Amino acid sequence: MNKVAVIGGGMTLFRRHLNETGKELSFLASKMALEEAGIQNSDIDMVVMGSAPCAFDGIHMKGENLLDGTGAKNKPYVRVFNGGGTGVFAPIAGWWHVASGVADVAMVVCEEKMGSCYPHPQTAFQTIWDPILDRPLTPNLVWLFAMEMNRYMTRHNIKKEDIAQVAVKNKRNAVGHPCAQLPDENITVEDVLNSEIMAWPVNLLDISPPSDGASALILCSEEKAKEFTDDPVFVDGVGWNIDSTMWTNRDLYFPDYVANAAKMAYKMAGIKDPRKEIDFAEPYDPFTYKELHHMEGLLLCDKGEAPVLTREGVTERDGDLPICPSGGLLGVGNPIAATMGQKVCELYWQLAGKAGKRQIPGDPQVGVGQAWGDIMQMGTVIVLRRG
Amino acid sequence: MSDTKIEGQPGYAPGTHVSGRDIRDKKIPYTWWEVEAQYAYSLGPANARFLKELKEGKIIGRTCKKCDRVLVPPRMFCEWCYSPTNEWVYLKDTGTVETFSISYLDPDANRIEEPILVGVVSIDGASPKHGFMHYFGEMKPEELHIGMRVKAVWKPEEERTGSVRDIKYFKPLKDGGDE
Ligand SMILES: [Zn+2]
Repeated sequence: MNKVAVIGGGMTLFRRHLNETGKELSFLASKMALEEAGIQNSDIDMVVMGSAPCAFDGIHMKGENLLDGTGAKNKPYVRVFNGGGTGVFAPIAGWWHVASGVADVAMVVCEEKMGSCYPHPQTAFQTIWDPILDRPLTPNLVWLFAMEMNRYMTRHNIKKEDIAQVAVKNKRNAVGHPCAQLPDENITVEDVLNSEIMAWPVNLLDISPPSDGASALILCSEEKAKEFTDDPVFVDGVGWNIDSTMWTNRDLYFPDYVANAAKMAYKMAGIKDPRKEIDFAEPYDPFTYKELHHMEGLLLCDKGEAPVLTREGVTERDGDLPICPSGGLLGVGNPIAATMGQKVCELYWQLAGKAGKRQIPGDPQVGVGQAWGDIMQMGTVIVLRRG
Repeated sequence: MSDTKIEGQPGYAPGTHVSGRDIRDKKIPYTWWEVEAQYAYSLGPANARFLKELKEGKIIGRTCKKCDRVLVPPRMFCEWCYSPTNEWVYLKDTGTVETFSISYLDPDANRIEEPILVGVVSIDGASPKHGFMHYFGEMKPEELHIGMRVKAVWKPEEERTGSVRDIKYFKPLKDGGDE
C-alpha cells in the first residue's frame, strides 16, 4: 500500500439554511481545499463524494446531481454513504484511491443540505426505520439516542450533569471556528440541563443542530506531497465496522462496532496503546453522550470513564487528551456527511499547526477522527499523523 | 462572515446564511415540491408468522440451535452464525425494560404535551437482551425504569389486525405476576 498524505482541506459556513445549492456548496468547499493545497482542479485524478440520506436534499441519487460541484466531470467519481458514518468513510474511500496507487491525487467532497426538508429534517428519518416492526409505532429518531443514552447512563450510573459538560466544552471550543453554527462562550451546565426536554434523557442542548454545509479534503501520494509541502500530514490507519440491524437484540451501553473499527485502524497505524499514543481525538458528537460513548469505543479510556475525564477537564483543548477541539457537531453544526470538516479536516489542521485560535498546545503528533451512523450500527475511524 | 479573514484554517467561511423565517415569509425565492408515494411491504415468512401470532395474542420467536439462541423478532436466518434458524417457539407476553425514553416529540419533531413512553422490552423466554421496541402504559413516567418487569396489554381480539400495534403497550407486572 502506498503512503497517503493530506495536503488541503476546506469547509463552508454551517447553518440551518444556506442560500447556495448543494452543487454550489460543494464547489465552495472544494475551491478552498484546492487553494490551501496550492493545486488546480486539473491536478485531481479522481473524486469521492460523501453525502448521507438522499431524502434530506430530496434529490434521488444526489451524488450525480452534486457531481459538477465537486469538479469531477470526466473523471473517475464515486459517491459513498453510510449515514452518519459518511463524514469519515468518504475520506477512507479517498484513501483507497491513493493507497492502491490508482490515483496520485484524490479529492474528497462531502455535502448535506438538510434545511430543504419540511416540515423538519426529522421527517426524512421516518423511512430509516424497519417498515414492518418499527414504523407502526411512529418513531422519532431522537428516541433511538434517548434509549441508547439511558442505557449508557444507567449501566455506569452517570449523572446528566457530567454528560451536559460535553455541550459546554464543545460549544465553547466552537467559538474559534469561522464556520460554526452554535458557538457559545458563556454556556453553562445549567443551561443544558434546563433546556427543553425533547425525549428524556435528551434535552435540546444535548443535540447538534441540523445544518446545510459542505467540506472537502485533498489526499495524495507521499511522492506528490513532497512537491507541495515540507511538512506533510499522513493517514496512518483507517477502520470501519458495522453491527446488526437488530438493535433490540443487543446491549446498547457500549459500541462494539466502533471498537472493532478503532482496532482495525490502530493496527494499521501501528498503535499499540491508544491512550498513550494518541494526542487528541475528534469522536462523533451528534449528541452529548455520543462523544463519551465514542471515546470509550475508541479505547481512549475505560468503559464508563469518559464522563469522569470530562468532569476533570482532561478533554478540554488544553487538557491531557483534547476531545473535539474543533467544537464538534454540537458547536459547529451537523450537516451529516459534511462533518468531515470537524472529524478529519480538523485533524489535518491541528497536526499541520494551522488551527489558529483552536490550536491545541504542545505540538500534537497523532489524532484520531471517528463517525457513526445508521441505526446505531456503523463505526468509521481514521488516524492522522504528522510526517 | 464570508469576507472576514481569520487566523488559521479554515481561513474563511463561504456560504450565505438565510433564516428559516425569511423562507417562511417568502422573503427569499425558492421552489417548493411535494412527494406523494405509497409502499406495500411484503412481510416475508418470519414477519408474517410473527404478526399472525400477535393477532392471536401470542408472541412467537425462532430458535438457532447452533447459537443456542431464541430470536425475537423472529428471523428465518441467524445473523450471528449465518445459518438458517430452526424452530418456532412461543414466548411469554412478559418481559423486562432494557431501556426507555419519555418523548415529547412526534415523528415530525413537533412538540407534544402528553409524553410518549417508549422503550425496548426483552421478552421472557427469548435470549437475554432479545426483544423489541414498544410503548409503555398504565404507569407514571417517573415509575418507568430499566429492569422494570412488564406485561403486554393486548387490543381486544376484534380490533387486532396482525401488527405490532396489536399490543397496545406494556404495563407494570406486579410482584408474583398478575395472572
Ligand atoms: Zn446462530
